[in-house]
Amino acid sequence: MTGLVARGVTLVLGGRTVLHEAGVAVAPGEVVGVIGPNGAGKSTLLRALAGIQRPDKGEVMLEGRELAGMTPGDRARRLSFLPQEGEPTPPMRVEDLVALGRLPHRAARDGARDRAAVDRALAETGLLDLRDRPASQLSGGERARLRLARALAVEASFLLADEPVAALDPAHALAVMASFDRLGRAGVGVAVVLHDLTLAGRFCHRLVLMRDGRVVAQGTAAEILTDATMRAVYGVTVRRVGDAIVPWSLTGGCQADEQRVS
Amino acid sequence: MIDRRDYPLIAALAAGVLAMLVLSLVWGDSPVSLPAALRDLLAGRHSVGAIIVGQLRLPRAILGIAIGAALGLSGAVMQGYLRNPLADPGLLGVSGGAALGAVLVFYTGLAGVSALLLPAGGLAGALLAVLLLLGLVGQGGTLVLLLAGAALSSFAAALTAMAMNLMPSPYAAYEVMRWVMGSLTDRTMTDVWISLPGTIAGCLLMLTTARALDALALGDEVAESMGFRLRGLRGVQTRVVMGTAVAVGSCVAVSGAIGFVGLVVPHLLRPLTGYQPARLLLPSALGGALLLLLADAAVRLLSGATEIQIGVLTALIGAPVFFHRVIAMRRSQA
Repeated sequence: MTGLVARGVTLVLGGRTVLHEAGVAVAPGEVVGVIGPNGAGKSTLLRALAGIQRPDKGEVMLEGRELAGMTPGDRARRLSFLPQEGEPTPPMRVEDLVALGRLPHRAARDGARDRAAVDRALAETGLLDLRDRPASQLSGGERARLRLARALAVEASFLLADEPVAALDPAHALAVMASFDRLGRAGVGVAVVLHDLTLAGRFCHRLVLMRDGRVVAQGTAAEILTDATMRAVYGVTVRRVGDAIVPWSLTGGCQADEQRVS
Repeated sequence: MIDRRDYPLIAALAAGVLAMLVLSLVWGDSPVSLPAALRDLLAGRHSVGAIIVGQLRLPRAILGIAIGAALGLSGAVMQGYLRNPLADPGLLGVSGGAALGAVLVFYTGLAGVSALLLPAGGLAGALLAVLLLLGLVGQGGTLVLLLAGAALSSFAAALTAMAMNLMPSPYAAYEVMRWVMGSLTDRTMTDVWISLPGTIAGCLLMLTTARALDALALGDEVAESMGFRLRGLRGVQTRVVMGTAVAVGSCVAVSGAIGFVGLVVPHLLRPLTGYQPARLLLPSALGGALLLLLADAAVRLLSGATEIQIGVLTALIGAPVFFHRVIAMRRSQA
C-alpha cells in the first residue's frame, strides 16, 4: 500500500475516548476532505495521521511502513502538517519563515534544493512579492497563505491540513483549495479538515464524515452530502443550488429552529 | 545555526570581546607589560607580571567571558523555547537554588573551612533545584515548567532570606548579601576550573536545541510534526532545562547571581538577527560575554573604597533598557 492509512485507530485523552477505531486512507494524488461537526475528532484524527499523537490502539501506515516505527526525521520528510491557526506569527521575514519548512531536510545540506523548494512554495501561494516583508505585517489572508507555503516547502508526499480556510474570505479560500487541487494532480496525497461543505464537495475527491470520534461514512460528495446524513450528523437541512455536485449551500435552519417553526 | 547574514554582527561582537579581554588583562592598578607577562606565564616563570596576569586578571577575564556567554545564551534559548521575550534563566529557579546552596555554606560556617566549599555548595544547590524541577514538571509543557520554576524560585528565595535572617553573625550576613549580588573580584583559576566544565557542557547542550527552537517558533504541533521531540528524556524541554541549569548553576556557583544579562542581551540582538531563534544563539553568547566584560570594567572604574557588585551594575544597565522598551512599545500602540 503506497498511501497513508489509519486502521482501527483508538485514542484516549484525559480518560475520554476521542477516536473510536477510526479508519481512513489517503492515496497519492487524492484530496480527501475530513468533515463533521465540532468535537467530532477531525483534528485528533489528523494529528494521529501526522504521527503527533500515537494511537492507543490501531496503527497508522505510511507507504507500507508503520508510522510509529519510523524515525521522526524520516516521517517529517514524508508528511507535512498544517495545524489550525493559533500561534501568533513571529515577526520574521516571509521567506525565512517559509524556509523553516525545510528543517526536516537540513541534514541533506542541499542549499540550492532548499532555495528552489522555498521559491516554489512562495510562487504557489502568490507570496513572491512579499518575500522580504516581516510576517507580522501581513493581513489575515496573507498569513494563511504564508502558513500554507511553509507546509508546502517541506515537499512531502502527503499534506495534512487542519481547517486551512477557516478564517478566509471566499477568494482566499478558493485559492487555497485550488492549491490542494494542483498538489493532488502532482501526486501529493492531501487530507484536509473542512467546515465549508461547498468547498469540500467541489474540491475533494472523497469525503470522510466523522461524528463523536467515529468515521460514520466515506465516499464521494454525492454519496456523503445527502439530506439524510446532513440531518443525522449536523442536525441541519441542506438546500442544493445548481447541479447535483457543485455548488452546495447550507442555508436551512437547524432542526431545533424547524421544530419551533412547525 | 550560523547564517551568512550574521557574519558582520558575529565578527563585530567577537572583536569587541577580544578587545575587552586584552583591556582587562592590561588594565589595573599595577602597570604590566602583557607580552612579557604572557611569555613568563607560558614559560612557568613566577615574575610579578605573570602572577598578576595569571592569578588575578586572567581568571577574572575568563570568568567574565564564560559567565556572560552562558547567561546570554541561556537567555536566548529560554526566550526561544518559551516564545516569550521576557523569559530569563532565573525563571527556572536554578539561580535561586545555587544561591541557597552557597548561603547554607556561609550559614553553617563551612565557608571558612575551604574556599572550594562555597562554589561546591552553589553547584549542589543548582543541581538539586534542577532535579526537583524536572521531577515536578514530568511530561508537562511550558506552562507547567514556568509554574514549577516560579514555585522553586520563591521557595529558594524564602529559604535564603530565612538563612540570612537567622545568620549568627552580622558579618556573615553581610558576606552573603555581597555574594548574592554577584562579583568577579578575587576569583582564581580554581574557580575557573570549577565553573568551566559545567558551563561548556551546559552551553553545548543548549546549542543542540537550535533547530528545534526555530521549529517551535511555528508552534508545538508544527515542531513535533517536523520531527522534534519536545518532551521525554531526550526531548527539547529536558535539554533546554538541563543545559540552562548546568551552565547557569556552574556560573552562579562561582560568581553569585548576575541578573539581567540573560534578559537584556537577546532582547537587544533579536532585531539584528531577523527574529529567528537559532540565529540569535551565538550572537547572544558573544553579546553576553561583551556586556559582562564591559560591566566588570565599569566596576573597576567606578569602585572606590567599597566595590560595586557586578550584579548591581548589570541590573542598573538592564532596567533602563526595559524602561526604553516600555516607552517604545507604548508609542507604537498609541
